[in-house]
Amino acid sequence: MEDSKIIFSRPTALKPTVTHYCPGCTHGVIHRLVAEVLDELNLREKTLGVAPVGCSVFAYNYINTDFLEAPHGRAPALATGFKRLRPDMIVFTYQGDGDLASIGMGEIVHAANRGEKFTVIFVNNGIYGMTGGQMAPTTLEGQITTTSPKGRNVAEVGMPIRICELLSSLVTPAYLERVAVHTPQHIIRAKRAVRKAFTYQTQNRCFSLVEFLSTCPTNWGLTPGESVRWVEENTLKYYPLGCFKDPDKEVKTDGTV
Amino acid sequence: MAIKKRHLMLGNMACVHGAIYAGMKFFAGYPITPSTEVAEGCARELPKIGGKFIQMEDEIGSIAAIIGASVAGVKSMTATSGPGYSLMVENIGYAYMTETPVVIINVQRGGPSTGMPTKGSQADTMQARWGTHGDYTAIAVAPSTVQECLTETVRAFNLAERFRTPVTVLLDEVIGHSREMVTIPEKGELQIYNRIKPACKPEDYVPFEMTPNGVSPMAGLGEGYRFNVTGLTHDIMGFTTNRPDEVAPKLDKLAGKILNYRDETVKMRMEMMPDAEIAFISYGSVSRAALQAVMLARKAGVKVGTVQLYTIWPFPDKQLIEACSGCKKVIVGELNMGQLVYEVARVLPDNIQIHAIQRYDGEFLTPMQLLEKLDEVI
Ligand SMILES: Cc1ncc(C[n+]2csc(CCOP(=O)(O)OP(=O)(O)O)c2C)c(N)n1
Ligand code: SF4
Repeated sequence: MEDSKIIFSRPTALKPTVTHYCPGCTHGVIHRLVAEVLDELNLREKTLGVAPVGCSVFAYNYINTDFLEAPHGRAPALATGFKRLRPDMIVFTYQGDGDLASIGMGEIVHAANRGEKFTVIFVNNGIYGMTGGQMAPTTLEGQITTTSPKGRNVAEVGMPIRICELLSSLVTPAYLERVAVHTPQHIIRAKRAVRKAFTYQTQNRCFSLVEFLSTCPTNWGLTPGESVRWVEENTLKYYPLGCFKDPDKEVKTDGTV
Repeated sequence: MAIKKRHLMLGNMACVHGAIYAGMKFFAGYPITPSTEVAEGCARELPKIGGKFIQMEDEIGSIAAIIGASVAGVKSMTATSGPGYSLMVENIGYAYMTETPVVIINVQRGGPSTGMPTKGSQADTMQARWGTHGDYTAIAVAPSTVQECLTETVRAFNLAERFRTPVTVLLDEVIGHSREMVTIPEKGELQIYNRIKPACKPEDYVPFEMTPNGVSPMAGLGEGYRFNVTGLTHDIMGFTTNRPDEVAPKLDKLAGKILNYRDETVKMRMEMMPDAEIAFISYGSVSRAALQAVMLARKAGVKVGTVQLYTIWPFPDKQLIEACSGCKKVIVGELNMGQLVYEVARVLPDNIQIHAIQRYDGEFLTPMQLLEKLDEVI
């Protein structure tokens, strides 16, 4: 065995446990990407995660760093207080789209606008997972949920909110990128974005947010396979992937660099 | 209504049917366990009867939206649980101050903070009375069965309209998530109270007029009666005042319109009380266990009865003293670390011993636990 070397293993920032996430849910993939980047940048021992209220409330059971679990929507405000006092620490929030784009909209906009030097992992699955499938601000037009039983009626509740585009209108420098994780190629690209976000934080450069187009097979009422197709055929059409803001580059508002 | 007579129904859903029966036409809410089925039920049912459902961005927006709708003259409701109720309390204060009738369903769960979303509790009992800042008097009612989820929601609307004030319906997770048979009453079977509208000409309208019973007729904003609504302390025309001779009367009105008529708010159920030497006092799911415990204890010859409170606030001081006048001891049972027991102690005379049994581990009080307590107390 002397010649063999480990080329693939569980990141040390991920605890060796089974998650509670449903089959086909990409919360787990996103956890792993965060953990891999924390390992690669050697940040694990100086990182604080801030978990939301949502399915990922239990992120602290899986990601092996210190954790704060925030009241619903308030993760960016808790993170602000902590990071201001401990700028030497790496801080990330991990938030669903109900948590960040609905009840927590005020906190995220102001944290981004103040240019808080932490990283936001934003998981957009277009629905409220934990509470059993209600409409989110990101739910697609016509999509059926338990509180939009006839499908999202945009004449009544407006179009789904595109968080990266919305935050990119702020003048304060930031790093904003939207990624997907439904195919291996997308996962590889997503990891680059996570790495960049944490790297900017280590350089104390700017606020950073990576928006993940995620799945919720359980509340979409789809199989894991069908969920992947749903992302491909529906989610991606409305939520273009790409970098929306980067302190290193001039980024046009349509997301192209 | 397309609904047939008897239905196997969730407690939360019975609240929806109660509200619709009472005339609710607007619901605004935000999902939260264990109350979400109320919002989901309204999303399905309200459009069928020409009502409007809206999911708001959070609980603060939800309560504000129903106040806005009620000011327009429409019966309105929201539903939530602990964390959401805590976010709502500032606006509930606004509803007290502006004398706007609204109904808030609070399906209590374990707290504080995010607590235990799927576990029952009665720890918001005091919050329903004292939640928001300032001086005011609160009304809160509490069902113990799924059928009562319907009837108490109707009563909550009636009290809100009668007194021009917010009313909280205190469920707990156990009742909100129980399924039982429910009969939806026929039209006219239950009395429905609607807010009093002004009878005067618009130019003579005094929106916060000091009437003999303290309740001013309420026009809908936009109905031609020009008036002003504000959370600032206001005079009878609805405009801000700091004048001591206007401020104190306004606060007296807020309290007096309810406290001077509190007999109208009281609802209690007494079982086996006439010869009882010991009484259980409780509300909600605990009352069901108490009733069971009393039946069993009676078989063993113990003279015990039970008093169930349907109206928690204002606390039925006079009626409770009367009900317990033959008792030597009472046992207050609740799903918290002791809240109702303070009121009971405040009210009952010194010659009645007060005992308490409390559970706050997320599980509910069982008849056996109440019997054990009874044994200990005898
Ligand atoms: C103040 C408050 N309101 C509501 C809730 C209930 N709640 C828990 S999780 C959640 C939404 C979760 O959806 P999302 O953020 O999209 O995350 P997901 O579960 O889909 O990952 C809500 C509304 C709460 N805990 N606190
Ligand atoms: S409910 Fe949806 S978001 Fe939550 S774990 Fe299951 S699939 Fe994932």
